[in-house]
Amino acid sequence: MSTLSGPLLPTLVRREHASLAATLLAPPIALAAATVVNLGLYVLMGRDPVAVVYAMLLEPFLSWASFSEVLLKTGPLLLIAQGLAIGFRAKVFNIGAEGQFILGAIFASAIPVWFPQATGQWIWPVMLLLGTLGGALWASLTAFWRVRLNANEILVSLMLSLVAAQFLNYLLLGPWKDPNGFNFPQSVMFQYDAMVPILISGTRVNVSLLLTIALSIAAWIFMQRSFIGYKLQVGGLAPRAAGYAGFNEGWAIWLSLLLGGCAAGLAGAAEVAGPLGQLQRSISTGYGYAAIIVAYLGGLHPVGIVASALFMAVLYIGGDNAMVSANLPIAAIRVFQGSLLLAYLIAIAFVRYRLEWRRAASRSHP
Amino acid sequence: MNAIEFILAGMLAAATPFLLAALGELVVERAGVLNLGVEGLMAFGAMLAFIIVYHDGGHLLAFVAAGLGSAVLSLVFAVVALGFRANQVATGLAIGILGQGLSALFGKSYESLTVKGLPRLALPWLSEIPVVGGLFIQDVVVWLSLAATLAIWATFANTKLGLVVRAIGENPKAAHAIGYSVVTVRFAAVAFGGMMAGLAGAYAAVVYTPLWADGMIAGRGWIAIALVVFGTWLTGRIFLGACLFGAVSLMGLGAQATGLDVPSQVLASLPHLVTILVLGIISADRRLLKLNGVASLGEPFER
Repeated sequence: MSTLSGPLLPTLVRREHASLAATLLAPPIALAAATVVNLGLYVLMGRDPVAVVYAMLLEPFLSWASFSEVLLKTGPLLLIAQGLAIGFRAKVFNIGAEGQFILGAIFASAIPVWFPQATGQWIWPVMLLLGTLGGALWASLTAFWRVRLNANEILVSLMLSLVAAQFLNYLLLGPWKDPNGFNFPQSVMFQYDAMVPILISGTRVNVSLLLTIALSIAAWIFMQRSFIGYKLQVGGLAPRAAGYAGFNEGWAIWLSLLLGGCAAGLAGAAEVAGPLGQLQRSISTGYGYAAIIVAYLGGLHPVGIVASALFMAVLYIGGDNAMVSANLPIAAIRVFQGSLLLAYLIAIAFVRYRLEWRRAASRSHP
Repeated sequence: MNAIEFILAGMLAAATPFLLAALGELVVERAGVLNLGVEGLMAFGAMLAFIIVYHDGGHLLAFVAAGLGSAVLSLVFAVVALGFRANQVATGLAIGILGQGLSALFGKSYESLTVKGLPRLALPWLSEIPVVGGLFIQDVVVWLSLAATLAIWATFANTKLGLVVRAIGENPKAAHAIGYSVVTVRFAAVAFGGMMAGLAGAYAAVVYTPLWADGMIAGRGWIAIALVVFGTWLTGRIFLGACLFGAVSLMGLGAQATGLDVPSQVLASLPHLVTILVLGIISADRRLLKLNGVASLGEPFER
């Protein structure tokens, strides 16, 4: 049916083996492409692209003070993304980490809000535990809806995030509002023992970064070396095969969502007990959504996610810099994030496919 | 005006953003594609429309630009998800983040500004009926949305085009084998869905609440996606679902107006809580979803 007269068209042809080179090159190429596109946008907006690049991508590395802020931002992104990636590999799309993060922050804040006079080194560890529990409980609603009621976890987890944000507003405008806070929507400042100890003196980097690194190693062992992790991945890649092998799908969904919820909840707790020191309306600047991008950009691999979380943190700190020095609205960061994920999704297509120029086969229509 | 009259009069206008976006997503999903970027596409269209109306470009131009703009943005989704066969969930999320980002970026200098909405047109006689008369006093976009609902229903029920779109969603390999270009039809469906989301966003921003605020779509794009599931991929049921959500979002306003002592945050989350509940109830009937669902939804097509 094909003729030789058709136009030469690019066609994706499946490779016989996945390309390792394409896997490793995809993130840097996507980053370069997204940077070029976004710089073009800044030029159109009348901003100085050199100033933006300097502020956004270089300045975060140029002083210890700003790099320590990058490390601080890396913590929650890394933690949430590690949890989400486990689910994504099992094809459980928990996109409600934002809500699980908020619930973690709320649960952790319960101790300093209700017992502001309490002292003792036990307080902050218990807060982190409570936060983990809060995130897991919020995620368990999604798991129940998905496993028992067959409801789509994407929609349920997202709706629960919107509800969680309203719940946070309710607490901060109502029962948990600091009575001496000039009517600002925020809780009391936490007492000293409710704060995670500082790790590097002179910075805001605290012990939770060590915890995050330890949990990243645990995620690597779990996903790459354990039988349970293997079962989850098979469930994601070949659900039928997993079914024949007796791997229970409902169990995999519960596990994925609970792990994701625990990680996001812990991140939320570490945020209020760390750099913030109180429960605020702006506890999360979209960490839960940014972590989805971090997870994909890291190839859903525990090691790759460490690199992508660090980069995303640079983008956050650099975005703040660019807002001040190059008058770039902070929303530009979301545009950058979205275009970066798109560029990455195009780039990883070349892991499984190669591009060939073929003459279009003209076909007869019925 | 009592509560029932209030809800009947306002329900259709409140339902229109849900309805337009859900009808678009229905066509996209019927063709076998899952585009989760509706929230961002709506936000993008809303921003374009608001800027145009604010600078006296008029409502017609605003709707045209919003429809075209969001259609173009949705084609980016199509290129990545259909052209490069990327994961549709991830691509949709990326388009959603991009659309919301662009909306916030270019809408920033319009924060809290207002524009004039559209006048309401009353149907003669019908609008004078007691209690339900309010139903028949609506702006022109509401009337056109009802017409679009009928047109989409008729297209799926009675035309070859509707049949082709459904065949491609059910069994793309078979549709390809008999000579239909799966990717072309899916591109067109995605662009249509993008256009409808843009119109939905425009309605929200320049007619329903003609005031610009970042994040003004407030989850309505996600509810629209949920509505397609509620309606089990059937046009009529999606229309009823949109009306339900229109009524639910009005109940929030109404309760506040009557001074009912419910925290405003509970009322603001009401549509999301209802979404979660209804999603659970409808999805629990697995047979219903199997019967009307789209077999190849979200799967990339390879010959």
